[in-house]
Amino acid sequence: MTELRDSVLRVEHLTMRFGGLVAVDDLSFDVARGGITALIGPNGAGKTTVFNCITGFYNASEGRLALLHGDPLLWNSLDALTAGGSRSLRQANGALFLLERMPDYLVTQQARVARTFQNIRLFPGMTVLENLMVAQHNALMLASGFTFLGLVGFPSYARAERAAIEKARSWLDRIGLTARADDPAGDLPYGAQRRLEVARAMCTDPVLLCLDEPAAGLNPHESAELNALLLDIREVHGTSILLIEHDMSVVMEISDRIVVLDYGVKIADGTPEEVRNDPSVIAAYLGVHDEEVEKVEAEVGL
Amino acid sequence: MSKKSEVVTAQSERTDVAHALRDAGLAALLAFALFLPLIGFWARNVGEGLLLVTRWDALAIVVLIVAGGRLFYSLVAQPWLKRQRARRTEIAPPWRTALAKWFIPFAIGFVIVYPLVAIAGAGMRGSIKWVDNFGIQILIYVMLGFGLNIVVGLAGLLDLGYVAFYAVGAYSYALLAKTFGLTFWILLPLAGVLASFWGILLGFPVLRLRGDYLAIVTLAFGEIIRIVIVNWVDLTNGYAGITSIPRPTFFGIPFNADDNGFAAVFGLEFTPLHRTIFLYYIILALALLTAWVTVRLRRLPVGRAWEALREDEIACRSLGINTTNTKLTAFAMGAMFAGFAGSFFAARQGFISPESFTFIESATILSIVVLGGMGSQVGVAIAAIVMIGGTEIMRELDFLKQIFGADFDPTKYRMLLFGFCMVLIMVWRPRGLIATRTPSVFLKERKTISAELVKEGHG
Repeated sequence: MTELRDSVLRVEHLTMRFGGLVAVDDLSFDVARGGITALIGPNGAGKTTVFNCITGFYNASEGRLALLHGDPLLWNSLDALTAGGSRSLRQANGALFLLERMPDYLVTQQARVARTFQNIRLFPGMTVLENLMVAQHNALMLASGFTFLGLVGFPSYARAERAAIEKARSWLDRIGLTARADDPAGDLPYGAQRRLEVARAMCTDPVLLCLDEPAAGLNPHESAELNALLLDIREVHGTSILLIEHDMSVVMEISDRIVVLDYGVKIADGTPEEVRNDPSVIAAYLGVHDEEVEKVEAEVGL
Repeated sequence: MSKKSEVVTAQSERTDVAHALRDAGLAALLAFALFLPLIGFWARNVGEGLLLVTRWDALAIVVLIVAGGRLFYSLVAQPWLKRQRARRTEIAPPWRTALAKWFIPFAIGFVIVYPLVAIAGAGMRGSIKWVDNFGIQILIYVMLGFGLNIVVGLAGLLDLGYVAFYAVGAYSYALLAKTFGLTFWILLPLAGVLASFWGILLGFPVLRLRGDYLAIVTLAFGEIIRIVIVNWVDLTNGYAGITSIPRPTFFGIPFNADDNGFAAVFGLEFTPLHRTIFLYYIILALALLTAWVTVRLRRLPVGRAWEALREDEIACRSLGINTTNTKLTAFAMGAMFAGFAGSFFAARQGFISPESFTFIESATILSIVVLGGMGSQVGVAIAAIVMIGGTEIMRELDFLKQIFGADFDPTKYRMLLFGFCMVLIMVWRPRGLIATRTPSVFLKERKTISAELVKEGHG
């Protein structure tokens, strides 16, 4: 293991227990900077739990979740940061964050990790544009002088608001929803809601985007559109992406790396090609023991 | 084919009528069970004992009214409402858009000239009642409604103890003005600050709770404040209340009949109306300020975060919004306006006691917000006029005595009217008078959002 791997997130020995149930057991993996990493596994494998730990919605029982901005050399300071009590280390050339020490909103606000949800969580009674404006809350809050300057109509706030609307519009153009900007988000068709949720997460300027089953419920055409959007995000913004997905057409096509989870334990970690041929992965998905894989494969004609 | 469908409709109409009759019968039965002890029996004091009088005629009338109302609802009102809702998607007629456009400027213009209208209509002497009992009284509740609307309507936090902050404002003004002799214009902002301080203090432990639990704890907070006021006799004088609270002056000129009073200084004939009109314009300015601030706040990130919080708290947290701070600002902001209204109330009455800050006040303000439509300023203002003005107008209905006899007192039926209004609104418009939401920002055009999509909040 070299200390200079170019990863943006390092998950080390992550364990999450709910009472007697061990949902995630001693899980370690890396998310490469500027890459698309997929987290897959059968239902109940603990994928969403991992997400909730990373984004601060759960407090991990054990383990370290370290996120890096900027210079990879900073990884060398990780142990020193862990030994000290603080949440983060900021330097001129970047910053290091220990996500397990941060509450959920700070994970997004400071460490800049954004997420979407398995069951879409838009603000249905607000317009599409408003959804994207809420996502820029922290930047606008600062520009409005924590409300006081904005209340008296300070010009700097008006400028910041125009810029925020412009940013929202550019995202709407990219997800093809500009014409529906002033419609309530709850009125959008399902596929558009999925795309809007991704755009909303991107409006927080994340370095790491966590997508929880972004292709669930999409038809093949919409899935292809989503693939294009994710590749585009990686290309243009350099945002690293971590995604949970069941749709193998999405996973195999766009991921650079796949981590496979079963019963909270990592059973495989590698390129799509490696994972596709891993017998333990096939066994987990088919629900049989490793030794029986060949027999079952022969039966189903794989 | 057509004959068959005719048969089907005829059949469904028949079952509809049968269904409605059964419903009406059930309602009558329920009303009979409920009103038998309430109306059917009447215990009268006669000399040394109680005499139980039965009033079968009154009971029969009430039961018949309930059954008839239910029958009317299921046969006429319900199908009509269904048709109305089906037409909801149609484009609004031009008169309605014109009304929406001109209503607010017209309404503001009207409330500004209202005292003059009252003087023209009722004369100098008679107009005091109209400016004071109707104008000022309604505007206090409009302001309280606007303030609570921030907490309940925008942030979606159910607050049943709002009157506590009103009380804090009123007692702050009364005590500080009497003890330190500070003037109204210094104490008005101070009362707002103190009330919002208490709002934050309450907010910290409470905002972890959601929904029903939050409602119960805020209710308890309202009662705690009232009971502290009742029992801390040294400071607040308990039930007896605080009397002779200094009244606001016109920039240092008092409103009295003295030589240096307002009337003498401006060469007018002394009348108490001067003070009343002055107070009217103060509360009008305060209510407009509240409305203006709320409108501005909705377009600022904090206001958008409030509404996002009402829609989905977890999504808010995933977008980096500090939900605790956001809720606290909503609480503090709502409490501040209640504090303003409270200090105005103390200055206007000149006397306050815990009686004015009971739970029924919180309930009245909350029902104004709910009836008006959560989040809607115009709706809240209309609801306040109907609820408070309706109560006041009861006193004016003397002509009813000619119909029902000399000992008929219309004000006794206030609560009945309240309840009737509530039921009517909840049937006709379950989400309040104005339930649609106006977006805070738009790209091409501002479209209103149907109430069905807007969440009510759960915490």
